[in-house]
Parts: sequence; structure tokens; C-alpha cells
Amino acid sequence: MTATSGVADTAPRTYAHEIHAHDLTVRVSRDRLAVDGLTLSLGVGTHGLLGPNGAGKTTLIRTLATVLRPTGGDLELFGHSVRDSGRHRELRRRIGYLPQEFGYYKRFTVREFVGYLAWLKEMPDRDIPGAVQRAVERVGLAERADDRMKSLSGGMVRRVGIAQAIVNDPAVLLLDEPTVGLDPAQRLQFRSLLKELGRESCVVVSTHLVEDVAAACTDVVLFDRGRLLFQGTPDDLAAAGTSDQPGDSPLERGYSALLSDSAQGKGSW
Amino acid sequence: MSAQHPSDALVRAYTRGDTDLPADRLWAVEAHLEGCSGCRARLAAEAGGLPDVTALLTTVRDGLEPGLAASRPAARGARRVTAWTTPVMAPWLATIVAVTAVAVLLDRTARWSGGVSPVLLLAPALPLAGVAAAWTRGLDPAFELTAATPRAGLPLLLRRTLTVLAVLLPVHATAGLLTGVALAQWLLPSLALTAAALALGGVIGVGRATAVLGVLWSAAVLAPAVTLGSAPLLRPGGLPGWAGVLVLGVGVLLARRRAYTTSPGPR
Repeated sequence: MTATSGVADTAPRTYAHEIHAHDLTVRVSRDRLAVDGLTLSLGVGTHGLLGPNGAGKTTLIRTLATVLRPTGGDLELFGHSVRDSGRHRELRRRIGYLPQEFGYYKRFTVREFVGYLAWLKEMPDRDIPGAVQRAVERVGLAERADDRMKSLSGGMVRRVGIAQAIVNDPAVLLLDEPTVGLDPAQRLQFRSLLKELGRESCVVVSTHLVEDVAAACTDVVLFDRGRLLFQGTPDDLAAAGTSDQPGDSPLERGYSALLSDSAQGKGSW
Repeated sequence: MSAQHPSDALVRAYTRGDTDLPADRLWAVEAHLEGCSGCRARLAAEAGGLPDVTALLTTVRDGLEPGLAASRPAARGARRVTAWTTPVMAPWLATIVAVTAVAVLLDRTARWSGGVSPVLLLAPALPLAGVAAAWTRGLDPAFELTAATPRAGLPLLLRRTLTVLAVLLPVHATAGLLTGVALAQWLLPSLALTAAALALGGVIGVGRATAVLGVLWSAAVLAPAVTLGSAPLLRPGGLPGWAGVLVLGVGVLLARRRAYTTSPGPR
């Protein structure tokens, strides 16, 4: 299987960052903004989107996946505004997305399911079998490729989710809580896959686990109640903490320090 | 790829790995070879005569072969039913066909007391259930995944709706023949409701649109038919009205064809 080099690879880039949000707001109900005035630029690399539950991570990822429409401000993917829905098709071909609640068809085999998603992503028919095989091998499921989805364990289903996200070699890869359900060994393998993917594409991984970020990410985006609290390297995040902050590692202490600054007298939960 | 193919001399120089080949020409040949199978055949013929190159190729092949043997991509050309329907839709379609059969039975055997045939009362509204199964978040486990793909949008929705109609219309036509309900009398309302569901679906979501139309149908057609024994909206005089709804639905659908790529959310 060769990745065909095409016009898209050699064309000059007309954008500075794969993802650029400017003053982005996303309303999820009448009185709640899940994303509230976010300005953020993400380029090639592995970005850990970190925040407590309910911070708005899933809404942000769904907006980046062009499933939700921004309410205010603007979001540019590959230099094009997502407000122009005529471009969605073109943008989505270059996006890989693993939703938090990964739903699938139980009666499909792994290969059928990933192939179905490859078809939905408008990959050329002749490229699909090879691309599916490669994606399935990268997540370590080659042995189970012809088994039905209902026979897989939770961790394997999660890996199928990752396989369908990377099947089209996306330039922007959005993974919402991808490590849920993976055992420690799989988590280690997944982190090395993340690092590998982050060398050539813009990978956004949402998680509430600080150790995932420490191990796999080149960049941390700390996000709470719809607002950006911090963006920098994992080392910068560790430097923000002091020894009297709660946490078992420098990163956790940095995380607690930045979050308690933003909470300002709110309850401890 | 480019229409200009490299000369034999150039291919030979590339194959031998001549060091005097300038980098820009080397890249140009390489890029061309990636996309041109004819020139790759020339390269292979050229390489066959060079012991160094064949030895290198053998080593590479030996190294790759165990991995390639383990990797078995699926055979091409497996039938793709999923392009037209989802596994979720099948049970819904089966249910609708069963309901139609029951309506025919009621009409033929159970001495239906009302003045309107149950086939006429149900057939137009039944495709709504199929359309709901085709594109509703709550009914399709892979909805979120599908909604984020480039194929999501009106073409995919229409494709699945066509499947629903392709399955149901022949069934309903047969039911109409068996019970003596005129074709236009059920077909026009059926298509009008389907078009209206798709048009309204672009605004409030397909699932909600089919629910709203189902309730409207029950209130405006089923209720009077059951209580009064007549369905004023389904009389032949109502047909121009249904045609109007159909035209309006298709018009709205075309005008708002881009509204289907994102899920309608709160404003």
C-alpha cells in the first residue's frame, strides 16, 4: 500500500495553522455556552485538550469536527471558515474523528465497519481495502479484522474507533477520550501511535487524564467552563504548580494550580 | 500525471543510480514513476539486466514477504449494501411491510366498518417511519460518526430515502391493487409527506420532522376517519393540495440543500 502523493501534498499551504479559532462561542442550550470566547491556534503536533468533566471539551471537539455550528466568532480549518457549509465536504475529507460515545453496527466485521467509514469519507474505491488493512494493523487488530464487532472487548472496540478515524490519513485528527477502556499495555501502544501521528498531522486528544498528556503530547491546552486557561508544553504546565498544590506529579500540581485560579472560591467539586 | 514521459536514457540512468543525474531531474523522474505504470514497466525491464539492482530487490522482497503474507486485505468488489441502507433501517422496513400486510388483511377480511380503507389511511404515512430510521440520531448508533463525514448531507439522506421508497412503494402498490385503492390517491400523499419530512428535517432534524408529520397525519386524517368514517383530505378533490405540498417540499429541499451537513442545534 503506497500513499499516493498528489496535488494536495505538494500544493503550497495557504494557512499558518490547521485549526484557528477566533473568539469562538458555541451555545448548547438556551442559557449555556459550552465554548465561550475561545481564541486558539493548533498546528502540526499532538495537542492534549485537558479539563475537568463538563469543561466543554466534547462540544469543542464536535465543533472542530464541523458537526456543530459555531454560534459566534469564527473557526477556520485549513484556512477556511467552517461557516461556509459549501466547503464542509472538502474539509471533512481531511478530518478524522472519534466521538466520545463511539457507536457502531454490531453485525459488521471490523473490516466492513472501517471500510464503510472509508466510503463515507469519500475515499476512492480502489484505495479502500489497502487503507482499511493499514489502519487495522496500526491499531493492532489485524488478527481480528474479520470478526464481528459484537465479539470484541471494550478496548478492541475503542481501537476500531481509532482505526476508522485514521483510515483516511487525516491532516486533523480529533479524538475524544480515546483512552477510555484501554488496558495499561494498550494505553502505552496508543501513546506511541499518537506521537507518530502527531509528527505529520494536527492531533487533538481530549482527556481528563493528566498522565496521558504527559506521555504523548507536545502541547497542552487547558480548558475549563468554555474558556482557555493555558496553552503550552507539558513542562510549562508542570512549572505552573507549586509543591503546596494538590497532586501526585508536577503536571497534576500545575493542573490543580491553574484550575483553582479559574475556579476562584467556587466549591471544591 | 504529466503527459511527458522520461526518455529511455533517463530511465536507464535512474535505474543504474547514476550520480551525475542532477537532483531536480532525479526527483522529476521519481515523481513521474509513482503515477505512471507504463514507465514503471520500463523501469522493471531496465532493472532486470542489472545484477546489483536485482540482488537488492531480492533482499528487500525477502524481508517484506513474511509481513505481506500475514496481511490479507479483503477481496475487492464485496457488495456494498451499506451505500444504500444502514443495518438500522432493515427492521424498520420489515415492520412497515408487516403493518401494510395487516392493513390489507383488515380491509379484506375483518369487515372494516369505516368508510375509508386502512391501506389508504396508513400507506401515505408509513414511509415517514423509514425516513426517520434513515437519519435520526437516537435510532442510529453510528449517527455521530456518519454526521462528521463528507458524505453526510442531503445526497446521503436522499439515497437512503430512495431505498425506503424503493422497498415500500411496490409493497403499497400491491396493497392498493388488492384492496382497490386508486394509485394516485395514496401515492401522491405518500410522496408529499416524504418530501415534507425531508424539507422540515433540514430545520428541526429528520427525527423530529417525521414525528411532527406523523402527529399531524393522525390528527387530520386518522382521527376523522376513525370517528366520522370519512377522510376529507384524501378525497380526489384533495389531490391538487397534495401535489402542492410535494412541489413545495421539493422546492424547500433544493433551496436549503446545504443545510443538511451540520446537525440543527439551538440558535
